[in-house]
Amino acid sequence: MSQSAVTACRAVIARDLLVAARRRSDVLTTFFFFVIVVSLFPLGIGPQPDTLREIAPGVVWVAALLAALLSLARMFDADYADGTLEQVMLAPQPPVLMVLSKISAHWLTTGLPLVVIAPLLGLQFDLPGRALATLLLSLLIATPALSLIGAVGAALTLGVRGAGGLSALLVLPLYVPVLVFGAGAVTASAAGLNEAAHLSLLAAMALVALVFAPWATAAALRIALE
Amino acid sequence: MSWFRYSSPQSFYPLAGKMVPWFFTLAALLGLAGLYIAFFVAPTDFQQGDAYRIIFIHVPAAWMSMLIYAVMAFWAGIGLVFNTRLSSMMAHALAPTGALMTLIALWTGSFWGRPTWGAWWVWDARLTSELILLFLYLGYLALVAAIDDPRRADKASAVLALVGAINVPIIYFSVQWWNTLHQGSTISMTRAPSMASIMLIGMLVMVFAFWAYSIAAALMRVRCEILEREHHSAWARKLEDI
Amino acid sequence: MQWSSAGEFLAMGGYGLYVWGAYAVTAVIMVAEVIALARRARTLRAKSSRSADAGVD
Repeated sequence: MSQSAVTACRAVIARDLLVAARRRSDVLTTFFFFVIVVSLFPLGIGPQPDTLREIAPGVVWVAALLAALLSLARMFDADYADGTLEQVMLAPQPPVLMVLSKISAHWLTTGLPLVVIAPLLGLQFDLPGRALATLLLSLLIATPALSLIGAVGAALTLGVRGAGGLSALLVLPLYVPVLVFGAGAVTASAAGLNEAAHLSLLAAMALVALVFAPWATAAALRIALE
Repeated sequence: MSWFRYSSPQSFYPLAGKMVPWFFTLAALLGLAGLYIAFFVAPTDFQQGDAYRIIFIHVPAAWMSMLIYAVMAFWAGIGLVFNTRLSSMMAHALAPTGALMTLIALWTGSFWGRPTWGAWWVWDARLTSELILLFLYLGYLALVAAIDDPRRADKASAVLALVGAINVPIIYFSVQWWNTLHQGSTISMTRAPSMASIMLIGMLVMVFAFWAYSIAAALMRVRCEILEREHHSAWARKLEDI
Repeated sequence: MQWSSAGEFLAMGGYGLYVWGAYAVTAVIMVAEVIALARRARTLRAKSSRSADAGVD
């Protein structure tokens, strides 16, 4: 990768991080949404520890998915509205790199916080220590994939009315494999089984997303900006 | 003769119009033959009784739902790469038929599951995958409906269809895995009774009947799409009744 | 003929509700799809010829 490309990527990421730091409420909303949704399940189902322990992997994981969906709007919307996005796409650097930079910044501000707080939430459900570690690891591997896949949905619905709900509808079926293996890893870990297979498959999916998603997102952005 | 001259909506419209009645007739004939086999030739199953006869419409609908998605993604891709309007219109035309096939598969699967396994819905791999496929269809239709500019709708929905197509095998595999993990060795409700060859023949005939029907319906719909998008053009206004 | 009476045929060995419920809904969906498409086509053709008569350009 050429020096100018590296500089450009760093610039995009730095700018997005700066914007996120200034508009902290965006980022914190996603974070607290995650925490609140997880708390809703015991309230809806009942406090029996055995039940909670059993549903914990699924609950935390689904809440993470929903939080990821919620955060998608901020990936491109603001920049699209003020014309910055067009400039970024017009830059001499390949659009795929620019897109990847934006997605990275998005993950740093919305995905990573989820990863950090998730074990604490797992503790609320009395998950054993090993499962908590798996929860952390699985979300660490998966949240970039969620940002990558979500970016495609966000780009496709850019500027479209009802974009929030629509991109959720588009993206959720694509999240299913990630959910299955991510939650499956934690469940296996909690049951004392080996979670390596699940995590490997999860990592494979994240890699596939890394290869395809930026390219699809760039194509979708080009279509939206035409 | 160059087939490429049919790649314009104007020339494809009458061609499709001629094809529609043929495919409906084919569908009707194959359907009658298939239903005859399904009800009057195929014997009662030892384990599932006569409830298993639902398989003669459940499996064709499920196969069609998946085939149509693939064909839809293909035409969407062609439209995206070659910038041909008609290809995108064909993809749009296929989607509702595919979604309805998925719905039929889910409904008939449910009605098969109730007497056989005791529940109206079973979270087995095939049914769950069909459900997610329905969501993929609905997403495609929603995206097309939400975007006002037809060309942007064509291209965006094409990207979505292609992304979805890549994901379908991944989704299927992960749901399959999820199902065996959680339900152990028990059920695959869609594993048909060890099939006598006559059952297989009947099923295949019905598959072709559904295939012919889907083609006819999609061609009918693409004609509507063509008229909707080209109604301002001279050739459309001169249409008597083709 | 494996059904000795029409009644037997309808009953489907006790599973009549399920078999016919499945087949009936399938038939309804298919017929409804075709009817809806035919109606849509008719409306569109009427609209096209109307705009032609009006000399819309």
